[in-house]
Amino acid sequence: MATHSNENLLSISQIHKRFGRVVVADGITFDVKKGEALGIVGPNGAGKSTLLNLINGNEPLDSGDIIFQNESLNSLAPAERNHKGIARTFQIPKPFADMTVFENVLVGSTFQGKRVNHKQASEIALESISRAGLEAFFNTPAGKLRLLDRKRLELARALACQPQVLLLDEIAGGLTDSELPILLEIIRELNASGVTIIWIEHIVHALVSVVHRLMCIAGGELIAIGKPEEVLENSKVIELYLGSDFEVGGVA
Amino acid sequence: MIWTNAIIQGLLTGGLYALLACGLSLIFGVMRIVNLSHGDFSILAAYGVVALAMHTNLILAIVLVLPVMALLGYLLQRGVLNRSLSKGALAPLLITFAFSIIIQNILLQVFSSDNRSVQSGRFASMSFKITKNLQIGALPLFTFIVGVLLTLGLHYFLTYSRVGRALRASSDDPGAADLVGINNKHIYGIATAIGLFAAGIGGVLFGMRTQFAPSFGPIALIFAFESVIIGGLGSLWGTLIGGIVLGIGQSIGAQIQPSYGVLAGHLVFIAILILRPQGLMPKQKGK
Repeated sequence: MATHSNENLLSISQIHKRFGRVVVADGITFDVKKGEALGIVGPNGAGKSTLLNLINGNEPLDSGDIIFQNESLNSLAPAERNHKGIARTFQIPKPFADMTVFENVLVGSTFQGKRVNHKQASEIALESISRAGLEAFFNTPAGKLRLLDRKRLELARALACQPQVLLLDEIAGGLTDSELPILLEIIRELNASGVTIIWIEHIVHALVSVVHRLMCIAGGELIAIGKPEEVLENSKVIELYLGSDFEVGGVA
Repeated sequence: MIWTNAIIQGLLTGGLYALLACGLSLIFGVMRIVNLSHGDFSILAAYGVVALAMHTNLILAIVLVLPVMALLGYLLQRGVLNRSLSKGALAPLLITFAFSIIIQNILLQVFSSDNRSVQSGRFASMSFKITKNLQIGALPLFTFIVGVLLTLGLHYFLTYSRVGRALRASSDDPGAADLVGINNKHIYGIATAIGLFAAGIGGVLFGMRTQFAPSFGPIALIFAFESVIIGGLGSLWGTLIGGIVLGIGQSIGAQIQPSYGVLAGHLVFIAILILRPQGLMPKQKGK
């Protein structure tokens, strides 16, 4: 596993968010260190995806602060947060279906808040495609890709934005047992190259094989955060999420 | 021979319809806004050229008016239309309807309801004799060529330029485009700027061919609509083909009986809606 520094890259402090009467973030506070990989688990409806939406700006905060590299993100739009270095993938991949794999990724590397010339943008796009293992589908329209390759494309497009933090939302969901290790290896390599990762996943054994720390949220509250093995043994986490008969089986 | 003539004249007229329509097609394709004022912006540009050409020459008037149309498009999109996009499909529709009423009334106030035309001198009546019974007018031919070139230009712009790719990305999924760093509001502004620039070209060439009055916008809009629908939504080449089919339909109708021209065009449109509602060349989905 990659080592990470003690410098806080992202600080989430006392964030609150509710949709009508449903509280999806109730004073969540945590820090993410530069180079770290943090896993997030929790029952359905716990507020996991919303947490990522709050970080990347898809949803506005009700209150609290999100500080990234000593700068508040609270008032920035998603595109501006992307320019600052925050990229994300979606639970259901959202490629630009009519565009080729290369064009999809090129769009990511072109619009970075500063002028990037076509040659640089193309080079970044090519590198991102190869890091995600998609070279063979360079000119394929994204709508024609199978699920694993759509997930790789999500990764490649996010990478092309040259992020410091990559938010992954259930990227392993729906993959077969033979596809899963391929994706895990890509994510491990990304993290090793210095990209900080915040990753929501229900496939717990896959998640703990990559992340340094694990966090469990339920009902918009932070239940536990710490070393994966400790969090998985936490009695509240077992009660609220894992169930009493849970075992971390088949660690990849 | 008269039928060949009718088809060729219709084909050339189709180029004009494509010019009136391609901006409509682009604006709908990127933002899903049905621009009910599209024809009025065409007529506005024609009036702009008429007014400027009184003080300077025609070419300079056109060169000045078209960028103003693009700027107007950008400002209206960013200042007005973008604000309405999150409020459902009806809000932008009503706003463009309001633009239509405002433009028509301003034109009526400034230029009165008298018919005008863009004076292009000898160019309007010049023609090439192909055979004894077949002549091709220089202006219709020029209009057709401009229509094809604009479609070609827009195609290359959308396919290969960075802004073109961003337009396609925003059109496909604005949420995902935002997340990869694209400023949708700016991109939408550019789409409308291009749309009104194209509407301006169509309007000026329209005004060289026929006389027009402030109330002519909706007529231009109907022809543009029919071209877009016949060709298939979201496809620029489809819009060109749609314009040509509409033009040929009208010209064959007019050959049968001069007053049937416009009616025949509408019948072609209805026939396409019944037989091939997706249009002749619908956008290919990457599926």
